[in-house]
Amino acid sequence: MLTNQSTVQEVDASAYVAFYGAEEPAVIRAEPNGNLMSAEETKAEWVGHVRRIHEKQDQAAFAELFRHFAPRVKAFLMKSGASESLAEECTQEAMATLWRKAHLFDPTRASVATWIFTIARNRRIDALRKQRRPEPEDLPWGPEAEPAADDVIALQQETSQLADALAQLPEKQRELVEKAYFGDLSHSQIAAETGLPLGTIKSRIRLALERLRHTLK
Amino acid sequence: MMTTIKHHLTDDILMGYSAGTLPEAFDLVVATHVSLCDECRARMDSFDAVGGVVLEDCAETAMSEDSLAATMALIENGDSVAQAPRVASKGSVFPSPLQEYVNGDLDAVKWRGLGGGVKQAVLKTSKDASVRLLRIPAGAKMPDHGHRGTEMTLVLKGAFRDEDDRFARGDVEIADEHLHHTPIAEEGEDCICLAATDAPLKFNAFIPRIAQPFLGI
Repeated sequence: MLTNQSTVQEVDASAYVAFYGAEEPAVIRAEPNGNLMSAEETKAEWVGHVRRIHEKQDQAAFAELFRHFAPRVKAFLMKSGASESLAEECTQEAMATLWRKAHLFDPTRASVATWIFTIARNRRIDALRKQRRPEPEDLPWGPEAEPAADDVIALQQETSQLADALAQLPEKQRELVEKAYFGDLSHSQIAAETGLPLGTIKSRIRLALERLRHTLK
Repeated sequence: MMTTIKHHLTDDILMGYSAGTLPEAFDLVVATHVSLCDECRARMDSFDAVGGVVLEDCAETAMSEDSLAATMALIENGDSVAQAPRVASKGSVFPSPLQEYVNGDLDAVKWRGLGGGVKQAVLKTSKDASVRLLRIPAGAKMPDHGHRGTEMTLVLKGAFRDEDDRFARGDVEIADEHLHHTPIAEEGEDCICLAATDAPLKFNAFIPRIAQPFLGI
Protein backbone atom coordinates (compact mmCIF):
# COMPACT_ATOMS: atom_id res chain seq x y z
CA MET A 1 0.00 0.00 0.00
CA LEU A 2 2.99 2.29 0.36
CA THR A 3 3.92 3.44 -3.09
CA ASN A 4 7.69 3.52 -2.90
CA GLN A 5 10.68 3.05 -0.71
CA SER A 6 11.28 6.74 -0.06
CA THR A 7 7.86 7.07 1.52
CA VAL A 8 8.76 4.32 3.92
CA GLN A 9 11.97 6.09 4.84
CA GLU A 10 10.22 9.37 5.43
CA VAL A 11 7.64 7.75 7.61
CA ASP A 12 10.27 5.99 9.66
CA ALA A 13 12.22 9.15 10.31
CA SER A 14 9.31 11.36 11.26
CA ALA A 15 7.63 8.71 13.36
CA TYR A 16 10.87 8.14 15.20
CA VAL A 17 11.16 11.82 16.00
CA ALA A 18 7.52 11.99 16.98
CA PHE A 19 8.04 9.14 19.35
CA TYR A 20 11.33 10.15 20.89
CA GLY A 21 11.17 13.89 20.25
CA ALA A 22 11.56 15.64 23.57
CA GLU A 23 10.57 19.28 23.99
CA GLU A 24 8.60 20.13 20.90
CA PRO A 25 5.77 18.22 19.33
CA ALA A 26 8.57 17.41 16.95
CA VAL A 27 7.22 17.26 13.45
CA ILE A 28 4.34 16.82 11.24
CA ARG A 29 1.29 18.90 11.09
CA ALA A 30 -1.01 19.17 8.13
CA GLU A 31 0.18 21.98 5.87
CA PRO A 32 -2.13 24.97 5.51
CA ASN A 33 -2.29 24.19 1.80
CA GLY A 34 -4.15 21.02 2.66
CA ASN A 35 -1.35 18.53 2.10
CA LEU A 36 -2.20 15.94 4.63
CA MET A 37 0.38 13.77 6.21
CA SER A 38 0.21 10.06 5.54
CA ALA A 39 -1.81 7.78 7.77
CA GLU A 40 1.34 6.32 9.32
CA GLU A 41 2.61 9.75 10.25
CA THR A 42 -0.69 10.65 11.86
CA LYS A 43 -0.79 7.52 13.94
CA ALA A 44 2.84 7.65 14.97
CA GLU A 45 2.25 11.26 15.98
CA TRP A 46 -0.60 10.22 18.24
CA VAL A 47 1.82 7.80 19.88
CA GLY A 48 4.03 10.79 20.71
CA HIS A 49 0.99 12.62 22.13
CA VAL A 50 0.21 9.81 24.55
CA ARG A 51 3.85 9.72 25.58
CA ARG A 52 3.78 13.47 26.31
CA ILE A 53 0.64 13.06 28.38
CA HIS A 54 2.28 10.28 30.35
CA GLU A 55 5.65 11.97 30.85
CA LYS A 56 4.76 15.65 31.10
CA GLN A 57 1.02 15.76 31.79
CA ASP A 58 0.96 17.78 28.57
CA GLN A 59 -2.48 19.40 28.30
CA ALA A 60 -1.87 20.74 24.80
CA ALA A 61 -1.16 17.23 23.53
CA PHE A 62 -4.29 16.02 25.29
CA ALA A 63 -6.39 18.79 23.71
CA GLU A 64 -5.22 17.76 20.23
CA LEU A 65 -6.00 14.12 20.88
CA PHE A 66 -9.35 15.15 22.28
CA ARG A 67 -10.25 17.21 19.22
CA HIS A 68 -9.49 14.29 16.92
CA PHE A 69 -10.86 11.37 18.90
CA ALA A 70 -13.68 12.62 21.14
CA PRO A 71 -16.10 13.33 18.25
CA ARG A 72 -15.35 9.85 16.86
CA VAL A 73 -15.86 8.15 20.20
CA LYS A 74 -19.14 10.00 20.59
CA ALA A 75 -20.30 8.91 17.13
CA PHE A 76 -19.20 5.34 17.88
CA LEU A 77 -21.21 5.29 21.12
CA MET A 78 -24.31 6.73 19.44
CA LYS A 79 -24.09 4.14 16.67
CA SER A 80 -23.88 1.58 19.48
CA GLY A 81 -27.23 2.75 20.82
CA ALA A 82 -26.34 5.46 23.34
CA SER A 83 -28.42 8.63 23.51
CA GLU A 84 -26.67 11.89 22.65
CA SER A 85 -26.29 12.89 26.31
CA LEU A 86 -25.10 9.48 27.46
CA ALA A 87 -22.61 9.36 24.57
CA GLU A 88 -21.31 12.81 25.53
CA GLU A 89 -20.89 11.77 29.16
CA CYS A 90 -19.22 8.42 28.32
CA THR A 91 -16.88 10.09 25.83
CA GLN A 92 -15.68 12.54 28.46
CA GLU A 93 -15.12 9.67 30.88
CA ALA A 94 -13.30 7.62 28.22
CA MET A 95 -11.00 10.54 27.40
CA ALA A 96 -10.29 11.07 31.11
CA THR A 97 -9.40 7.37 31.34
CA LEU A 98 -6.97 7.85 28.46
CA TRP A 99 -5.18 10.52 30.54
CA ARG A 100 -5.06 8.31 33.63
CA LYS A 101 -3.90 5.20 31.82
CA ALA A 102 -1.42 6.86 29.47
CA HIS A 103 1.42 5.01 31.23
CA LEU A 104 -0.14 1.65 30.31
CA PHE A 105 -0.36 2.30 26.56
CA ASP A 106 1.89 -0.04 24.58
CA PRO A 107 2.52 1.23 21.03
CA THR A 108 4.09 -2.08 19.98
CA ARG A 109 0.72 -3.77 20.44
CA ALA A 110 -1.87 -1.14 19.55
CA SER A 111 -2.36 2.09 17.66
CA VAL A 112 -3.77 4.99 19.68
CA ALA A 113 -7.10 4.57 17.86
CA THR A 114 -7.17 0.90 18.81
CA TRP A 115 -6.40 1.69 22.42
CA ILE A 116 -9.09 4.37 22.60
CA PHE A 117 -11.53 1.95 20.99
CA THR A 118 -10.96 -0.55 23.84
CA ILE A 119 -11.53 2.17 26.45
CA ALA A 120 -14.72 3.36 24.72
CA ARG A 121 -15.98 -0.20 24.30
CA ASN A 122 -15.51 -0.94 27.98
CA ARG A 123 -17.39 2.25 28.90
CA ARG A 124 -20.20 1.10 26.60
CA ILE A 125 -20.44 -2.32 28.24
CA ASP A 126 -20.52 -0.67 31.64
CA ALA A 127 -23.02 2.09 30.76
CA LEU A 128 -25.32 0.38 28.26
CA ARG A 129 -25.25 -3.26 29.24
CA LYS A 130 -24.66 -2.65 32.94
CA GLN A 131 -22.25 -5.50 33.24
CA ARG A 132 -18.70 -5.96 34.42
CA ARG A 133 -15.99 -6.39 31.84
CA PRO A 134 -13.36 -8.97 32.79
CA GLU A 135 -10.06 -7.93 31.19
CA PRO A 136 -6.99 -10.14 30.70
CA GLU A 137 -4.20 -9.88 33.20
CA ASP A 138 -1.69 -7.14 32.41
CA LEU A 139 1.67 -8.27 31.13
CA PRO A 140 3.98 -8.48 34.14
CA TRP A 141 6.44 -5.88 32.86
CA GLY A 142 4.01 -3.27 31.59
CA PRO A 143 4.93 -1.41 28.40
CA GLU A 144 8.61 -0.72 27.96
CA ALA A 145 9.73 2.82 28.72
CA GLU A 146 11.37 3.06 25.32
CA PRO A 147 10.10 0.39 22.98
CA ALA A 148 12.13 -0.13 19.81
CA ALA A 149 11.04 2.51 17.31
CA ASP A 150 10.87 0.05 14.42
CA ASP A 151 8.46 -2.13 16.43
CA VAL A 152 6.25 0.89 17.01
CA ILE A 153 6.33 1.96 13.38
CA ALA A 154 5.75 -1.56 12.07
CA LEU A 155 2.65 -1.94 14.21
CA GLN A 156 1.26 1.44 13.11
CA GLN A 157 1.86 0.45 9.49
CA GLU A 158 0.12 -2.89 9.95
CA THR A 159 -2.86 -1.00 11.36
CA SER A 160 -2.96 1.29 8.31
CA GLN A 161 -2.88 -1.72 6.04
CA LEU A 162 -5.73 -3.22 7.98
CA ALA A 163 -7.68 0.02 7.46
CA ASP A 164 -7.04 -0.21 3.72
CA ALA A 165 -8.14 -3.84 3.68
CA LEU A 166 -11.35 -2.95 5.50
CA ALA A 167 -12.02 -0.11 3.06
CA GLN A 168 -11.60 -2.51 0.16
CA LEU A 169 -14.00 -5.14 1.43
CA PRO A 170 -17.26 -5.49 -0.48
CA GLU A 171 -19.80 -3.03 0.96
CA LYS A 172 -21.98 -5.69 2.60
CA GLN A 173 -19.08 -7.40 4.28
CA ARG A 174 -17.67 -4.11 5.57
CA GLU A 175 -21.04 -3.17 6.99
CA LEU A 176 -21.19 -6.49 8.79
CA VAL A 177 -17.82 -5.87 10.44
CA GLU A 178 -18.92 -2.37 11.48
CA LYS A 179 -22.19 -3.69 12.82
CA ALA A 180 -20.32 -6.26 14.89
CA TYR A 181 -18.19 -3.53 16.50
CA PHE A 182 -21.18 -1.29 17.13
CA GLY A 183 -22.50 -4.20 19.17
CA ASP A 184 -25.31 -5.08 16.76
CA LEU A 185 -24.36 -8.72 16.19
CA SER A 186 -24.22 -11.54 18.69
CA HIS A 187 -21.17 -13.80 18.55
CA SER A 188 -23.14 -16.55 16.85
CA GLN A 189 -24.00 -14.08 14.08
CA ILE A 190 -20.38 -13.10 13.63
CA ALA A 191 -19.03 -15.08 10.75
CA ALA A 192 -15.70 -16.59 11.64
CA GLU A 193 -14.48 -15.53 8.20
CA THR A 194 -14.51 -11.74 8.11
CA GLY A 195 -12.42 -11.52 4.96
CA LEU A 196 -9.96 -9.34 6.86
CA PRO A 197 -6.29 -10.27 6.62
CA LEU A 198 -5.50 -10.43 10.31
CA GLY A 199 -2.61 -12.87 9.98
CA THR A 200 0.14 -10.29 9.48
CA ILE A 201 -0.81 -7.94 12.29
CA LYS A 202 -1.27 -10.93 14.59
CA SER A 203 2.20 -12.24 13.78
CA ARG A 204 3.64 -8.77 14.42
CA ILE A 205 2.03 -8.51 17.85
CA ARG A 206 2.96 -12.10 18.67
CA LEU A 207 6.58 -11.28 17.88
CA ALA A 208 6.49 -8.20 20.10
CA LEU A 209 5.08 -10.28 22.97
CA GLU A 210 7.73 -12.95 22.50
CA ARG A 211 10.54 -10.42 22.43
CA LEU A 212 9.27 -8.80 25.61
CA ARG A 213 8.95 -12.08 27.45
CA HIS A 214 12.44 -12.99 26.33
CA THR A 215 14.04 -9.70 27.42
CA LEU A 216 12.44 -9.78 30.81
CA LYS A 217 13.21 -13.37 31.72
CA MET B 1 4.16 -23.07 30.00
CA MET B 2 2.96 -20.63 27.37
CA THR B 3 3.80 -22.94 24.49
CA THR B 4 1.97 -26.04 25.67
CA ILE B 5 -1.56 -24.73 25.12
CA LYS B 6 -3.11 -26.67 22.26
CA HIS B 7 -6.76 -25.71 22.37
CA HIS B 8 -7.52 -22.07 21.67
CA LEU B 9 -10.44 -19.68 21.41
CA THR B 10 -12.36 -19.54 18.13
CA ASP B 11 -12.41 -16.43 15.92
CA ASP B 12 -16.10 -15.74 16.50
CA ILE B 13 -15.65 -15.83 20.28
CA LEU B 14 -12.56 -13.60 20.14
CA MET B 15 -14.23 -11.13 17.81
CA GLY B 16 -17.30 -11.10 20.03
CA TYR B 17 -15.07 -10.37 23.02
CA SER B 18 -13.33 -7.59 21.14
CA ALA B 19 -16.62 -6.13 19.90
CA GLY B 20 -17.97 -6.32 23.46
CA THR B 21 -21.05 -8.38 22.67
CA LEU B 22 -20.47 -11.59 24.63
CA PRO B 23 -22.30 -12.40 27.85
CA GLU B 24 -20.21 -11.52 30.91
CA ALA B 25 -19.72 -15.23 31.73
CA PHE B 26 -18.00 -15.79 28.35
CA ASP B 27 -15.95 -12.61 28.75
CA LEU B 28 -14.56 -14.06 31.98
CA VAL B 29 -13.46 -17.31 30.30
CA VAL B 30 -11.89 -15.36 27.41
CA ALA B 31 -10.05 -12.95 29.73
CA THR B 32 -8.78 -15.85 31.84
CA HIS B 33 -7.60 -17.87 28.81
CA VAL B 34 -5.91 -14.83 27.22
CA SER B 35 -4.07 -14.24 30.50
CA LEU B 36 -2.45 -17.66 29.98
CA CYS B 37 -2.08 -17.67 26.17
CA ASP B 38 0.07 -15.21 24.20
CA GLU B 39 -1.19 -16.62 20.91
CA CYS B 40 -4.78 -15.65 21.71
CA ARG B 41 -3.63 -12.35 23.24
CA ALA B 42 -2.09 -11.47 19.88
CA ARG B 43 -5.27 -12.53 18.10
CA MET B 44 -7.38 -10.49 20.52
CA ASP B 45 -5.14 -7.45 19.92
CA SER B 46 -5.69 -7.92 16.16
CA PHE B 47 -9.46 -7.95 16.56
CA ASP B 48 -9.14 -4.84 18.74
CA ALA B 49 -7.19 -3.25 15.86
CA VAL B 50 -10.25 -3.78 13.64
CA GLY B 51 -12.25 -1.90 16.28
CA GLY B 52 -9.66 0.88 16.16
CA VAL B 53 -10.10 1.17 12.41
CA VAL B 54 -13.89 1.23 12.74
CA LEU B 55 -13.59 3.99 15.37
CA GLU B 56 -11.18 6.02 13.23
CA ASP B 57 -13.64 5.76 10.31
CA CYS B 58 -16.64 7.02 12.31
CA ALA B 59 -18.01 10.30 10.99
CA GLU B 60 -17.52 12.86 13.75
CA THR B 61 -20.35 13.89 16.06
CA ALA B 62 -19.78 17.33 17.60
CA MET B 63 -18.98 17.37 21.30
CA SER B 64 -20.67 19.94 23.51
CA GLU B 65 -18.88 23.26 23.68
CA ASP B 66 -17.38 22.92 27.14
CA SER B 67 -16.54 19.23 26.77
CA LEU B 68 -12.76 19.59 26.90
CA ALA B 69 -12.93 21.73 30.05
CA ALA B 70 -15.39 19.28 31.60
CA THR B 71 -13.03 16.41 30.82
CA MET B 72 -10.06 18.27 32.33
CA ALA B 73 -12.17 18.76 35.46
CA LEU B 74 -12.90 15.01 35.54
CA ILE B 75 -9.16 14.36 35.32
CA GLU B 76 -8.34 16.83 38.09
CA ASN B 77 -11.01 15.49 40.42
CA GLY B 78 -10.27 11.87 39.65
CA ASP B 79 -7.96 9.37 41.22
CA SER B 80 -4.46 10.55 40.37
CA VAL B 81 -2.68 7.45 41.61
CA ALA B 82 -1.13 5.61 38.68
CA GLN B 83 -2.75 2.21 38.34
CA ALA B 84 -0.40 -0.68 39.04
CA PRO B 85 -0.51 -3.51 36.51
CA ARG B 86 -2.91 -6.31 37.48
CA VAL B 87 -0.77 -9.41 37.71
CA ALA B 88 -1.48 -12.49 39.82
CA SER B 89 1.31 -13.38 42.21
CA LYS B 90 3.72 -16.14 41.20
CA GLY B 91 2.40 -19.63 41.77
CA SER B 92 -1.26 -18.57 41.62
CA VAL B 93 -3.66 -21.03 40.01
CA PHE B 94 -6.09 -18.32 38.94
CA PRO B 95 -5.07 -15.41 36.69
CA SER B 96 -6.18 -11.98 37.94
CA PRO B 97 -9.49 -11.64 36.05
CA LEU B 98 -10.71 -14.84 37.71
CA GLN B 99 -9.30 -13.83 41.10
CA GLU B 100 -11.39 -10.67 40.86
CA TYR B 101 -14.55 -12.82 40.66
CA VAL B 102 -13.52 -15.32 43.33
CA ASN B 103 -12.00 -12.69 45.62
CA GLY B 104 -8.84 -14.71 45.86
CA ASP B 105 -7.06 -17.75 44.50
CA LEU B 106 -8.08 -21.43 44.56
CA ASP B 107 -8.12 -21.60 48.36
CA ALA B 108 -10.81 -18.89 48.50
CA VAL B 109 -13.39 -20.85 46.46
CA LYS B 110 -16.57 -21.85 48.32
CA TRP B 111 -17.27 -25.29 46.84
CA ARG B 112 -20.60 -27.08 46.93
CA GLY B 113 -20.95 -30.80 46.34
CA LEU B 114 -22.67 -31.96 43.15
CA GLY B 115 -22.51 -35.70 43.94
CA GLY B 116 -19.89 -38.24 42.90
CA GLY B 117 -17.18 -36.08 44.46
CA VAL B 118 -17.69 -33.38 41.82
CA LYS B 119 -17.87 -29.87 43.28
CA GLN B 120 -18.86 -26.56 41.83
CA ALA B 121 -18.90 -22.87 42.68
CA VAL B 122 -21.17 -20.61 40.63
CA LEU B 123 -19.71 -17.13 40.03
CA LYS B 124 -21.96 -14.11 39.90
CA THR B 125 -22.36 -12.60 36.42
CA SER B 126 -25.09 -11.12 34.24
CA LYS B 127 -27.91 -13.59 33.64
CA ASP B 128 -27.63 -14.09 29.87
CA ALA B 129 -25.15 -16.90 30.60
CA SER B 130 -23.62 -18.57 33.63
CA VAL B 131 -20.12 -19.47 34.70
CA ARG B 132 -18.86 -21.77 37.40
CA LEU B 133 -15.74 -23.42 38.69
CA LEU B 134 -15.79 -27.21 38.63
CA ARG B 135 -13.61 -29.55 40.66
CA ILE B 136 -13.59 -33.11 39.30
CA PRO B 137 -11.79 -35.75 41.39
CA ALA B 138 -8.83 -37.39 39.65
CA GLY B 139 -10.05 -40.27 37.52
CA ALA B 140 -13.73 -39.34 37.89
CA LYS B 141 -16.21 -39.07 35.07
CA MET B 142 -18.26 -35.99 34.46
CA PRO B 143 -21.97 -36.74 33.96
CA ASP B 144 -22.70 -37.39 30.30
CA HIS B 145 -24.36 -34.31 28.93
CA GLY B 146 -25.26 -32.74 25.64
CA HIS B 147 -25.37 -29.02 25.12
CA ARG B 148 -27.76 -26.40 23.99
CA GLY B 149 -26.17 -23.13 22.97
CA THR B 150 -22.44 -22.69 23.51
CA GLU B 151 -20.33 -24.07 26.31
CA MET B 152 -16.74 -23.04 27.04
CA THR B 153 -14.56 -25.06 29.41
CA LEU B 154 -11.11 -23.80 30.43
CA VAL B 155 -8.75 -26.05 32.39
CA LEU B 156 -6.88 -24.35 35.24
CA LYS B 157 -5.35 -27.32 37.05
CA GLY B 158 -4.99 -31.01 36.27
CA ALA B 159 -6.33 -32.27 32.96
CA PHE B 160 -9.29 -34.02 31.40
CA ARG B 161 -9.75 -36.21 28.37
CA ASP B 162 -12.75 -36.84 26.25
CA GLU B 163 -13.12 -39.29 23.38
CA ASP B 164 -10.87 -37.24 21.08
CA ASP B 165 -8.52 -35.02 23.01
CA ARG B 166 -6.60 -34.08 26.13
CA PHE B 167 -7.12 -30.72 27.81
CA ALA B 168 -4.60 -29.37 30.33
CA ARG B 169 -3.96 -26.00 32.00
CA GLY B 170 -4.79 -23.17 29.64
CA ASP B 171 -6.61 -25.35 27.11
CA VAL B 172 -10.16 -24.30 26.33
CA GLU B 173 -12.85 -26.47 24.82
CA ILE B 174 -15.66 -24.79 22.95
CA ALA B 175 -18.68 -27.01 22.44
CA ASP B 176 -22.07 -26.56 20.83
CA GLU B 177 -25.15 -28.75 20.65
CA HIS B 178 -23.48 -31.16 18.24
CA LEU B 179 -20.90 -32.30 20.75
CA HIS B 180 -21.83 -35.18 22.95
CA HIS B 181 -19.01 -36.25 25.15
CA THR B 182 -17.95 -37.82 28.42
CA PRO B 183 -14.95 -36.00 29.82
CA ILE B 184 -12.87 -37.85 32.39
CA ALA B 185 -10.41 -36.18 34.76
CA GLU B 186 -6.91 -37.62 34.48
CA GLU B 187 -5.44 -39.66 37.28
CA GLY B 188 -2.96 -37.90 39.50
CA GLU B 189 -4.71 -34.72 40.60
CA ASP B 190 -8.17 -33.19 40.70
CA CYS B 191 -9.13 -31.26 37.59
CA ILE B 192 -10.24 -27.68 38.10
CA CYS B 193 -12.08 -25.97 35.25
CA LEU B 194 -13.85 -22.73 34.56
CA ALA B 195 -16.99 -23.50 32.57
CA ALA B 196 -19.45 -21.07 31.00
CA THR B 197 -22.65 -21.77 29.15
CA ASP B 198 -25.43 -19.68 27.66
CA ALA B 199 -27.98 -22.47 28.15
CA PRO B 200 -28.67 -24.87 31.00
CA LEU B 201 -26.80 -28.14 30.66
CA LYS B 202 -28.97 -31.05 29.65
CA PHE B 203 -27.98 -34.19 31.48
CA ASN B 204 -28.77 -37.54 29.93
CA ALA B 205 -28.99 -39.38 33.22
CA PHE B 206 -32.38 -39.22 34.96
CA ILE B 207 -31.29 -38.09 38.42
CA PRO B 208 -29.16 -35.10 37.41
CA ARG B 209 -32.01 -33.83 35.25
CA ILE B 210 -34.34 -33.82 38.24
CA ALA B 211 -31.69 -32.25 40.42
CA GLN B 212 -30.77 -29.57 37.92
CA PRO B 213 -33.19 -26.84 39.01
CA PHE B 214 -31.91 -27.07 42.57
CA LEU B 215 -28.26 -26.97 41.69
CA GLY B 216 -28.35 -23.72 39.83
CA ILE B 217 -26.52 -24.96 36.77
